[in-house]
Amino acid sequence: MHVAADTEKCISSGHCAMAAPEVFDQDEETGIVRLRTDHPAAEHEAGVHDAAAVCPVLAITVSAERLG
Amino acid sequence: MTRSSIGASGRVENDVPAFPMPRAKGCPLDPPPGLRGLQAEAPLVRIRLWDGSTPWLVTRHDVQRALLADERIGSDSLLPGYPHVSESFQARAADLQTFITMDDPEHARQRRMLSPSFTLRRIEQLRPTVQGIVDDLVDGLLAGPKPADLVSAFALPVPSLVICHVLGVPYEDHEFFQRTSRLLIARETAAETALAAQMELVGYLDQLIGRKLAEPADDLLSQLAVEQLQTGQMSRQQLAMMSLLLLVGGHETSADMIALGTLALLTNPDQLAVLRHTDDPTVIARATEELLRYLSVAHGGRRRVALEDIEIAGEVIRAGEGLVLPSEIGDRDERVYPRPDVLDLHRDARQHLAFGFGIHQCLGQPLVRVELQAVYGTLYRRIPTLALAVEPSELEFKEEGFVYGVHELPVTW
Repeated sequence: MHVAADTEKCISSGHCAMAAPEVFDQDEETGIVRLRTDHPAAEHEAGVHDAAAVCPVLAITVSAERLG
Repeated sequence: MTRSSIGASGRVENDVPAFPMPRAKGCPLDPPPGLRGLQAEAPLVRIRLWDGSTPWLVTRHDVQRALLADERIGSDSLLPGYPHVSESFQARAADLQTFITMDDPEHARQRRMLSPSFTLRRIEQLRPTVQGIVDDLVDGLLAGPKPADLVSAFALPVPSLVICHVLGVPYEDHEFFQRTSRLLIARETAAETALAAQMELVGYLDQLIGRKLAEPADDLLSQLAVEQLQTGQMSRQQLAMMSLLLLVGGHETSADMIALGTLALLTNPDQLAVLRHTDDPTVIARATEELLRYLSVAHGGRRRVALEDIEIAGEVIRAGEGLVLPSEIGDRDERVYPRPDVLDLHRDARQHLAFGFGIHQCLGQPLVRVELQAVYGTLYRRIPTLALAVEPSELEFKEEGFVYGVHELPVTW
């Protein structure tokens, strides 16, 4: 699984970091999303999908594997 | 007759239903039956507002979500076609705007001044303070006379004390800012009264900002005064308006969630039992999201205007047309939440729209969550015999407000 987060879109809601804290973090200064990994372990798959679903600006994209 | 006066179902102008709609007597926690009817009819229908305009009403959860996150809709309340809540809201918008009724890039510029103060980490650091405030107020309630009004003795003081702490506003002034806030939120406040209340509150906050500039303290208003005002990033009036938004937004909605949430639990004893018998933060957090979904107190619909033509759900929304998106009906959409009218604290309600969706989603939501989790995790365990002191039918609800709630909640124990 590959995950990407669009830091331009991000409004620092923190939903992703709540849904999957092992994968998403917030920048200390700005609150903008920071990925801890872009290849989350299988056990975090459900949390990553939750994060993508609750992100208010749809800034998180999940794909089966890195595209291209 | 113009084309725009024909609704989604092809009904002619005279048949366009008036909005907002009343809730049913005896079902004060459910959305208006008229809204349910429209939701069953179509995802997008025309409604008629106070000024005779006929914007779109968006009824379904998925379409509300899609539109609120769509970059082709705007929140700028000065745009033609913007569906104003009432005459006084329109008058206030023309007077002074805050970033919640602005579009990017100015919206993003101002919001980003605040977002570092509302990260999960920063808000988590406030949890002990919030818990202390809740504990003290429960102590006060238990030491005081009964029956007591839960709104004035608990539901309003919790978020007022918290937001005063965060902003650096003296809590001694709470009667003043609670009274003026209420006038600003009520839909039916006369335009003149609302403008006067706004001016009074802006004046008060402007003076406070002056004091913060002279003697900065460890609070958000001081920080904004030093970092944004002194550097010329914001005018003094802009900062006063931003402070007003934070102060008003910071206490009314949370207070209503506390009082209405308690009413919802007292009338659903099996659900109340869930909170009474747990100290598990995961269970409390999940329950909080369900109460946010079930009550969706910021009612009456989020207001937007289409910036371009948008084709969605079988309709074309034309550029310049208004949109009204009530979360109280979106969050009761059975396509997303089976048995939507059942309060079920074990369900996963995280996709609720109670805080909105898209770039304007509530900035303060991490703080609201900490407040509500502290309250829901404490009040019913500390006062297990908590009960209504009147019949539910005797309660008076804030139908007239932009935020739904109960005026008083007499309780005993």
